[in-house]
Amino acid sequence: MNRRRFISQTSLTSLATLLGADIVFGHKIPEGYTPIALQDPDPFKLFNKDTEMSILNNKPWNIEAKAHLLDEKITSNKYMFVRNNGLIPENIDAKNWTLTIDGESVSKSKTYTLEELKSKFQHYTYQLTLECGGNGRSEFNPPAKGNQWTVGAVSCANWTGVRLKDVLQDLGFKSNAVYIGYHAADIHLSRNPEKEPISRGVPMEKALQDETLLAFQMNGKDIPLAHGYPLRLIAGGWPASASGKWVNRISIRDKVHDGAKMTGTSYRVPCEPVAPGEKVVDEDMCIIESMPVKSLITYPKSGAIIKKGKALNIRGHAWAGELEVQNMEYSIDFGSTWHSCALQKPVNRLAWQHFSASIDHFPKKGYYEVWARAKDSRGKSQPMLLPGWNPKGYLNNACHRIAIKVT
Amino acid sequence: MSFENKFKTQVQKLYQRLILGFGIIVLSVFALIYIVLNPYSLQKSPDESEIVDITTEQEDLIENGIHIATGFVDANGLTEVIQNCTNCHSAKLVTQNRMTKEGWVATIRWMQETQNLWDLGKNEEIIVNYLATNYAPDKKGRRDILTDIDWYTLEE
Repeated sequence: MNRRRFISQTSLTSLATLLGADIVFGHKIPEGYTPIALQDPDPFKLFNKDTEMSILNNKPWNIEAKAHLLDEKITSNKYMFVRNNGLIPENIDAKNWTLTIDGESVSKSKTYTLEELKSKFQHYTYQLTLECGGNGRSEFNPPAKGNQWTVGAVSCANWTGVRLKDVLQDLGFKSNAVYIGYHAADIHLSRNPEKEPISRGVPMEKALQDETLLAFQMNGKDIPLAHGYPLRLIAGGWPASASGKWVNRISIRDKVHDGAKMTGTSYRVPCEPVAPGEKVVDEDMCIIESMPVKSLITYPKSGAIIKKGKALNIRGHAWAGELEVQNMEYSIDFGSTWHSCALQKPVNRLAWQHFSASIDHFPKKGYYEVWARAKDSRGKSQPMLLPGWNPKGYLNNACHRIAIKVT
Repeated sequence: MSFENKFKTQVQKLYQRLILGFGIIVLSVFALIYIVLNPYSLQKSPDESEIVDITTEQEDLIENGIHIATGFVDANGLTEVIQNCTNCHSAKLVTQNRMTKEGWVATIRWMQETQNLWDLGKNEEIIVNYLATNYAPDKKGRRDILTDIDWYTLEE
């Protein structure tokens, strides 16, 4: 047997093993061709994402939007960022899906089927802002490790489900409860079944808010697979990692939850501000809770060329974690002067707000940048430069900028 | 030509045709058996020098100093990096990051402590040098200028 035949036959055998079936007409496959089932899947088709979305990572899948793709008032699936810490669960059986509530602060653990959750508790729908704690990481200097998100790891979709507090109160919990921690069906990158890719949570106060949901629908349909089908915890306004996907267990803890990515430097920032690049020991890192005030200009797309004398209409969204956005301003002179935007009230607490303005005072032809900054209900505004450096590059809420040319 | 001779010639011709026909059938059967047993025999046989596994060839392809299959910079240590750093996560998680030597070592320790990364042994130095050389931090200020602007005429 010559080398060529040996190689082609072994690879055919291994292909067949991978597929779990013989490849009929296998010997007719042109060399160098990989059967579709074994090719890297097209992520845009796989997750129904717009092809303008940016793939940051394909194992695990991490995909972000661009500012102009987020122009819709309610984010649809095709423009929603994907942030995974592990591998998406395989063979989900929604019919037999259960949620177990356990933990130190529960007298007796209880398991609900998904059907029970849906039939026993009242349904609520809220539009909720979910932003990755690391959105904007790519701008930090010195650079911070992790997926290099730019501006597009934020979404605001409608989520439908039951209130977590209704379920927790149905079961009952002890007065020493401090935190809830979720556990889910995703798979650790090492495929070690003993390890969880991520198991985060929120303090009881956040867990018991009206808007904290055990959601089974997004924008009126079953939650897409990449976003947590069939059950997702939603804690709007907090780092989106607190909104666990594919949730099958919630532990009511008598201490701060210590699951994967709750400890060390994950989703934590220095308790006290540090100089860029400074070393921070784990004990001096504090858990991120509410996300800071931020905004995005979603129209027009950066790079617009307009005629002198024409007005430029801009619009976008602003959000402020647990708080509301109080006002919204724009500047066309690098922050020297600021002008008000029209700003709408949120449709419900923790939903982003829409702003718009018509800019008709470009003094002469040339290059401009439109900067936008939001101010929250406690008077904090977005900074124009990068906010405080932190080792993992979280919470960059520096004002968004788009480039404009007047000709 | 007599009738007898004519008949003989005709029989001879028929005989030849029958032999030829049977010959073709026998050869076809043999050929068919051969093809079934050796499915690659009909494909164009390449020159000896081209006899390589094409999959491997594509996996090793380097263009403009970039290893095409992973996107890694082609430099000393590439093999060790591919072998040790792309089992659990994709190469993209490496190539989108910029760290100093110290930073890359800290990342490896974190993966060893929490993510089941194995002891890299003597490969660690090779890997860390590769990463710190090819994926070192760029100098940038507190805010970059806007880059990669895609200019277009806005009609309203």
